[in-house]
Amino acid sequence: MSDFFPSDRPASANLPELSVSELAGSIKRTIETTYDRVRVRGELGRVTIAKSGHMYADLKDDKAVINTIMWKGSVSRLPFRPEEGLEVVAEGKLSTYPGRSNYQLIADTMNPAGAGALMALLEERKKKLAAEGLFETSRKQPLPYFPKVIGVVTSPTGAVIRDILHRISDRFPVHVLVWPALVQGDRAAQQITAGIEGFNALTPDGPVPRPDVIIVARGGGSIEDLWPFNEEIVVRAAAASQIPLISAVGHETDTTLIDYASDRRAPTPTGAAEIAVPVRSELVQTVTAYGERLMRGLTQTSRRSERELTAVAARLPRPTALLESRQQRFDYAEGRLTQSLQAALLKKRSMFDQTGPRLRPKTLETSLRVLDDRVSQASRRLTAGLTRQATLGESRLATVSKRLSLRGDALLRETKDTGEVQQAADRMARAFDRQATRLEDRLSRAGNMLEALSYQATLKRGYAVVKSADGQLVRDAASARAAQRMTVQFADGDVDVTTQADGAPPAAPKPKKAVPPKGAQGSLF
Amino acid sequence: MGDQTSVENLSFEDALKELETIVEKLEGGDVELEESIKIYERGAALKAHCLGKLKNAQLKVEQIVLNQDGDVSATPVSTES
Repeated sequence: MSDFFPSDRPASANLPELSVSELAGSIKRTIETTYDRVRVRGELGRVTIAKSGHMYADLKDDKAVINTIMWKGSVSRLPFRPEEGLEVVAEGKLSTYPGRSNYQLIADTMNPAGAGALMALLEERKKKLAAEGLFETSRKQPLPYFPKVIGVVTSPTGAVIRDILHRISDRFPVHVLVWPALVQGDRAAQQITAGIEGFNALTPDGPVPRPDVIIVARGGGSIEDLWPFNEEIVVRAAAASQIPLISAVGHETDTTLIDYASDRRAPTPTGAAEIAVPVRSELVQTVTAYGERLMRGLTQTSRRSERELTAVAARLPRPTALLESRQQRFDYAEGRLTQSLQAALLKKRSMFDQTGPRLRPKTLETSLRVLDDRVSQASRRLTAGLTRQATLGESRLATVSKRLSLRGDALLRETKDTGEVQQAADRMARAFDRQATRLEDRLSRAGNMLEALSYQATLKRGYAVVKSADGQLVRDAASARAAQRMTVQFADGDVDVTTQADGAPPAAPKPKKAVPPKGAQGSLF
Repeated sequence: MGDQTSVENLSFEDALKELETIVEKLEGGDVELEESIKIYERGAALKAHCLGKLKNAQLKVEQIVLNQDGDVSATPVSTES
């Protein structure tokens, strides 16, 4: 070993001889004392986490490499997942591993080197998860308007849960389930994931009610403090949650990857409570307002219907109006009817007045007299004619009979049969009789005719013949008064009447118009 | 419109939405009188239903407890802490 030392330094006899272990131990002590606490910045090279939980890594820069060990306990507290290529700042002490002639950095904390580096890591991870579609808007679920149960994944102690509970209580007191979880440190990501998945695993009818919405919350902190919410398992659990999830991590300016995967991002835990529940009093007000609008709406509708009805009804004529025009027409017609009736009456009356005076008994009398004269004349001519005819017939008969007698004598003489003569005489006598009877009938018919043409026809026209009880014609009032009983002869029969003793008008109402006296005609018979 | 759904079975949100629809419909003025009375009655029932749901609101806080088997239970938490 001494060969390795410079020759100008002669081996000193007083240089103690050390065993390898002694030297190694000495070096170990020297290094550990000298580098008791170091802070090293470098890039992570090969990173291995053994089954034991310890992490073995290379920390390097462009010129050197230092083996780095992190014991299990420290690894679990890592705020991020150590990855190769990541620039980190590690803190710890230097030590040696005598068995391998090796020195190494025993790191107890390790952080990504600055926010920039973390942000770079964040960006890289974000890209990767976005490429998987975990942040798609289409994955977002609508939040329930009115959750009955709210699940909160957060630390059961501290301001965050208190703020959330207060705000929920203020707005709309509901059932809140708190899933306790660390929100910082190496075990935080796992516990947060367990909370999200645990809430989702609850069945709706289980002993623990399944939340209608989940809030994952944490207060403000450094990017390192919030790092668990950037972890893949947390982000994936949030994206996979069947229950709508609100993320509320840090302050408004802090953005963690869970915010991209959640259905809704709240700026703060208090904000999450506000998003989760509506304000009860406002809802009551809203519902009440709807109730009032509902009532108004109905009133409006009925009022409008009423107006429409009124409008239609207004256009509908009044029943009386319907009658009025007809009434008017009727009244008008009635007036005209009376007028025209009066006019017609006047006209008829004037016509009557014109004709009335001309219709006097004298006129009738005149025509009757003419008729009478004609009847008398006809009678006279008939009588004369008949007499003449009879005389003529008689003379002709006499002549014929004379000739007959002569002839008869001749016949008697010639035949001497008196029987024939007698026969002829009988026939002649019978012929004479028949002829006489025929003439008599004709005369009788003529008489009847005459009768018919006489006063009987007049009676049919409405006149009557008044006779006294003894059958005498009553021609004037004086004789009527004298006669106590009278017979009024109408065309269809007689009526017996009595006269009043005091000289009142006789019951016989018919005019005492001059009627051709029966006696006048009687002259013929 | 979920006229077939019984009001009792509606969630607060659905009931409120339907109430809103009814109110707007009624205010729109296109509803006939008879129909308006019908939907008004429905609306009144919805309103009562909504208010009933709002009435029984009470804060209840429970903390999830995991036992050794991984079973989940919940224990009440005092909100005063």
